[in-house]
Amino acid sequence: MAKEECITQWNKTGDTSTLRNRKIFPTSEKTLQTPSTLLSKDKNSQNAGHTQCSNGTSAQLLAREKFSKDPPTRVLLMLVVGLSFSTRLYKITEPPHVCWDETHFGKMGSYYINRTFFFDVHPPLGKMLIGLAGYMTGYDGTFPFIKPGDKYKHHNYWGMRGFCAALGSCLPIFAYLIVLELSQSHSAALITAILLIFDTGFITISQYILLDPILMFFIMAAVLSMVKFNQQRCSPFAASWWLWLVLTGANLAGALGVKFVGLFVILLVGLNTVWDLWRLLGDLSLSLVEIAKHFLARVVGLILLPLFLYVTIFAIHFVVLNKSGPGDGFFSSAFQSRLIGNNLHNASMPEYLAYGSTITVKNLRIAGGYLHSHWHLYPEGVGARQQQVTAYLHKDYNNLWLVHRQDANESQSGTPDLVRHGDIIRLEHKETTRNLHGHLHEAPLTKKHFQVTGYGINGTGDTNDLWQVEVCGGQNGDLVKVLRSKVRFLHRATGCVLYSSGKTLPKWGWEQVEVTCSPYLKETPSSQWNIEDHINPKLPNISLSVLKPHFLEILLESHIVMIRGNSGLKPKDNEMNSKPWHWPINYQGLRFSGVNDTEYRVYLLGNPVVWWMNLASLGLYPIMVAVVSIAIQRGFSLSQKRIEHSHVLMREGGLLLFGWLLHYAPFYTMGRVLYYHHYFPAMLFSSMLTGITFDILLKSTDLILRPPYSDRLQTLGQMVLLFSVLYSFYLFHPLSYGMTGPLAHEPGSTMAGLKWMDSWEF
Amino acid sequence: CVSMLQLPLVVTAQVDVVLLLVSFLSLWTRLTQLGYPNAVVFDEVYYGQFVSLYMKRVFFIDDSGPPLGHMILALGAYLGGFDGNFVWNRIGAEYPSSVSVVGLRLLPAVCGSLCVPLVYLLTLELRFSHLAALGAAVLLLLENSLIVQSRFMLLESVLIFFLLLAAFSYLRFHNAAPHRVKYMGVFSYLLLLGVASLHTWNLIGDRTLSVCVQCVCRAVCLLVVPLLLYVFWFYVHLTLLHRSGPHDQLMSSAFQASLEGGLSRITQGQPLEVAYGSQVTLRSSASQPIPCWLHSHKVNYPIRYENGRGSSHQQQVTCYPFKDVNNWWIIKDPDRQDLVVSSPPRPVRHGDVIQLLHGMTSRFLNSHDVAAPMSPHSQEVSGYIDFNVSMPAQNLWRVDVLNREAESESWKTILSDVRLVHVNTSAVLKLSGVSLPDWGFRQLEVVAEKHFKSQSVGWTVEEHRYGTSQEQKEREAELHSPTHIDVDRKISFWAKFLELQWKMLTVKLEDSEHKYSSSPLEWVTMETNIAYWLHSSTNAQIHLIGNPVSWGVANLSLLAYQLLAAIYLLRRRRGFKDLPDGAWCQFVCLGCVCVGGWLVNFVPFLLMEKTLFLYHYLPALCYLHLLTPALLEHTHTHLLSRATHRRALCVCVTAVLVSVFLSYRTFCPLTYGSPELSANQLQGLKWRDSWDILYRRR
Repeated sequence: MAKEECITQWNKTGDTSTLRNRKIFPTSEKTLQTPSTLLSKDKNSQNAGHTQCSNGTSAQLLAREKFSKDPPTRVLLMLVVGLSFSTRLYKITEPPHVCWDETHFGKMGSYYINRTFFFDVHPPLGKMLIGLAGYMTGYDGTFPFIKPGDKYKHHNYWGMRGFCAALGSCLPIFAYLIVLELSQSHSAALITAILLIFDTGFITISQYILLDPILMFFIMAAVLSMVKFNQQRCSPFAASWWLWLVLTGANLAGALGVKFVGLFVILLVGLNTVWDLWRLLGDLSLSLVEIAKHFLARVVGLILLPLFLYVTIFAIHFVVLNKSGPGDGFFSSAFQSRLIGNNLHNASMPEYLAYGSTITVKNLRIAGGYLHSHWHLYPEGVGARQQQVTAYLHKDYNNLWLVHRQDANESQSGTPDLVRHGDIIRLEHKETTRNLHGHLHEAPLTKKHFQVTGYGINGTGDTNDLWQVEVCGGQNGDLVKVLRSKVRFLHRATGCVLYSSGKTLPKWGWEQVEVTCSPYLKETPSSQWNIEDHINPKLPNISLSVLKPHFLEILLESHIVMIRGNSGLKPKDNEMNSKPWHWPINYQGLRFSGVNDTEYRVYLLGNPVVWWMNLASLGLYPIMVAVVSIAIQRGFSLSQKRIEHSHVLMREGGLLLFGWLLHYAPFYTMGRVLYYHHYFPAMLFSSMLTGITFDILLKSTDLILRPPYSDRLQTLGQMVLLFSVLYSFYLFHPLSYGMTGPLAHEPGSTMAGLKWMDSWEF
Repeated sequence: CVSMLQLPLVVTAQVDVVLLLVSFLSLWTRLTQLGYPNAVVFDEVYYGQFVSLYMKRVFFIDDSGPPLGHMILALGAYLGGFDGNFVWNRIGAEYPSSVSVVGLRLLPAVCGSLCVPLVYLLTLELRFSHLAALGAAVLLLLENSLIVQSRFMLLESVLIFFLLLAAFSYLRFHNAAPHRVKYMGVFSYLLLLGVASLHTWNLIGDRTLSVCVQCVCRAVCLLVVPLLLYVFWFYVHLTLLHRSGPHDQLMSSAFQASLEGGLSRITQGQPLEVAYGSQVTLRSSASQPIPCWLHSHKVNYPIRYENGRGSSHQQQVTCYPFKDVNNWWIIKDPDRQDLVVSSPPRPVRHGDVIQLLHGMTSRFLNSHDVAAPMSPHSQEVSGYIDFNVSMPAQNLWRVDVLNREAESESWKTILSDVRLVHVNTSAVLKLSGVSLPDWGFRQLEVVAEKHFKSQSVGWTVEEHRYGTSQEQKEREAELHSPTHIDVDRKISFWAKFLELQWKMLTVKLEDSEHKYSSSPLEWVTMETNIAYWLHSSTNAQIHLIGNPVSWGVANLSLLAYQLLAAIYLLRRRRGFKDLPDGAWCQFVCLGCVCVGGWLVNFVPFLLMEKTLFLYHYLPALCYLHLLTPALLEHTHTHLLSRATHRRALCVCVTAVLVSVFLSYRTFCPLTYGSPELSANQLQGLKWRDSWDILYRRR
């Protein structure tokens, strides 16, 4: 296999008239005519492969040197760079108000500048970079980012937008380089770059304070480094080999550090690496020691290094954000105690739980929430129609409970008695004066468990309100330590244990978390609680030093909270949610700004010509591959040019198609709410595939016409492609750069006649 | 046992005996006392409903799959003389003497029993010895969970039977390649039956397809024939079920009209073309969130909503999911005053402008630039009341017949899908999908919207008659009376078929957690069981619990195979050939069928968000039981070279088989529901803490 790689390299790079005439290259002739046998029986050529590799390398290096100094390469690259940056930076400060998700990510950038702790479902790198960009360009973090449409006024927002746009401008450049590297064809690379540069969707999504341009920057950088690394396979362990390996790893960490979608590109790189190692393993000229070296190098570069960087990002995140903020309630008591301004930071409260105290009870499951109740009842048909008891992630006065004795008579004077392991208590909800109550009805979601309700009034209830306190690992008579003891509440009447299932209740339960009474008595964090706040004026407050959590614990905790948060983003009932099959056909966009005809409107929608071209190439690609592979299978003799094409088409095209699939197919299985912009990473791969497919299609014109005409047809095809993209960009550019005035279907609109699909909303 | 492996001719004579013996044992374990318990067991309550509906020829939709399985159950019931008169409402309800319990359960039980000989044959087709085949058969024979699942009116045993049959037929065909033509007929014939379990079937078909490139015949057999059969079963399904039933409302008006006694009872004899003066009910063609009719009633929008926004305070217009006299509207020509149909009737066509008058309250359907109650970006739709606040009536609507290419320019009852466009604002009448709060009686909100998506804007005339009374009082009486006059409507099979497919994909019948539901990862270790039935007074009970020993062995062999395969592959890549080519092929083939079969029957469940039960794992389990003996034979022939080692292996295998049998015996009372066990004995059977075994307190 290795031999074949290098020979094709050699042939591809020497694509000049002199070299093309040298058809009779003794060894390559044989191998090139039978690529299928090579693919399957690579063992035959392996022995020769190594020596060939070194020969090929020198030739390849020479050719490469010449290739990069080739004036068109530089000119074309400069052209791509220039166009890319100018399209994305044009009108960057328009509109001067908050657009769409800027309200989230801008706000989070401000949190970094203000060092306030918050919670988000995405890892922190993207928002950290936004914050940094804002900080460097003089934004002071004071703009509140309350809702879309708020005017920025004097605040410096251009820096954050410009940063995102700069990263977004790199996408066409990277795509150009990747395709050039894969196909060695300038025209294919140029087609890809043009598709991306003039796509209104990519322009729009790059121009605002969003995570997507940052994410896509890292994805593309990782793919580019991977491709470059693959090209270095003939000179293993050289400096450039290491450079690209390390760059791949670093970019993977970056991609994952922005959004979990980065996992897909990690998968792509991972599988590519596995395939690469498999190839090396089959190379019998390499000793096992060398293979082990290869393996270890990849473990270091692609696993350990990214992991280290990823963890470092989180370390910075936790160090920077040291003030209490809106995200506290999602995390455990121990975590909260390290945030300045949180009530648990240097907390002082009575040390042992006592009767008559007001407490909050927090579940020990990660992101388990506080035991909570409110005036609302369980709806008809869900157990008994009594007051709801839930677990709630935010801090709220409805989380407060009073601790009572089994019999209501409390000693009025003197120091209150302390609660001990084995005591039987009642918990009264402070706001509604109902008791925590359990009975033999099915719980609302977890049907194996029993329902927990609030019952009774002013503290009078029945025997179903009695709970036995059990300190985990304790004995009868042990005291209950606030914050530090793990406590379980056993229901006296039924013997079940108070439990938080982690399932989100439907609308009637305000999407809070279900609390049940579980008959399975196994000790799990779901059935363990700790006492977080403890207020009792009759007892002295003692400064409590909570065990500071270990960094790895915080890391794990924040990940579980993020994953929960992600899967908790369910589509709302009345929201028209986007389906994955809408995306490739450009079915419906997203309103970034403005609705009515009086407002400044920006609409995220891909250039339909570009998107439908991509769709067509997705259909065309399998057909072309099928034709080629049948031709090879049937043993037709093909010219060298066509064999090269079929290689590019099957191997490199296959890589891109696989990348597209990895970034697209998983969305079909996701239960969370989906949006149009989730398709953009997949769209990058699709565009690169289009570049290769159309290029090869156009270069195959000599199948139907003779040489001079076929070349003309090819040029014509390229021109048609170019001008249709340019013209459609001219038509649709107001989508990105802003529209005012009447809507498209009304008379006098600037977009008149461009509403090609009823579902577009501009 | 070595000698057994080396006796080619004598063995062939023995095969039939062993096969017969195995089949007999299998029938015996599955069929004895089939009528006990004489009560509804677990999901019989679910499938029973469908069987009854088949018997009564009543149409239904079940989203769980194609109808063949239900039809097989129904066929059994039909042969057993079941007339469909039984109320399936409760697990444990006693069957009356008129219901032939054995009849209902016989077909699944026979299918379940035949799995055992089939596994025997399948192992032989994988080119393993008769001893391995016997081992596989025994493992399946003594699998308590399969016995339980086969003995009741449930679908899994039928599904497993067809799965194994399909795998067997394909291998048989593949091995007999020289005589392809001869076997083709047999193969396709067997395939006909295999189509039953379509979803799984397709996966297997695809996997095996990659082997053959040149033969188009195979593609025809594997793709076209199954497809035709799939359609055929739906044809049978739709032909059998021609009466209206509980799921009618999910289907389109045209579909309902084709069912006997459903909408057709009401709509039969309706005039076809909608004319000026027609009285109609308008059904929203969007099935989200639920099907409903355009509705109005004598209550106005509140002056101010909860959030402080104001309304027009005109009469509410909503969408109402039940039949009601307030759903009637009269189509009026804006240029004329009369509300009756002239003779000859003047039909309404595409592009005509009409007014819609609410039959009971005589308010015109109106819209204006006032924000709708729940969707402030859209316009409010109201029944117009003139409050003299310089808010003129804007009650003209243009009729757009959406499917005019397929049907015709004129507006037809049931057939036409119509968009109502507000003339003044060019907004479109549509359902917003949101329910109104209490002041709107939680009915659905209707709005007019300019930027609409193409769905949920269509309306169909469902009930229709020509109005004859000019006076309001008479008209009210007329509206209350049922519709009548004669025309017959039919839609083609293909339209029905496609609609049914679409509905089966999109309809979500309520799914919630069940007391015995479990997640796929729990199945591998059998964390949970399912209580199928508990005697109404004693401790006798039936549980779906697998044979713990054979489950453990199955999991072990799965791991062992993967480990072995990985080692072999790595070594082969480095040029060490541990196995001769024939043995390697056999080993790979074993992996493809067994591990592949396990994967395709298990992995999809990991991605599903449905309520899942332990019995969903049984098909995958069968493949693992197939794997175990074959792997042991492989170890015996290729890995162990020393005679002592081989003997040790034989001893181990015997020990395992004995313990499999013992654990089968132990769990028999929970499998067959008799004899009754005491609370202590039941406690002893609770091998895992997470199993739910029921005790009666006495």
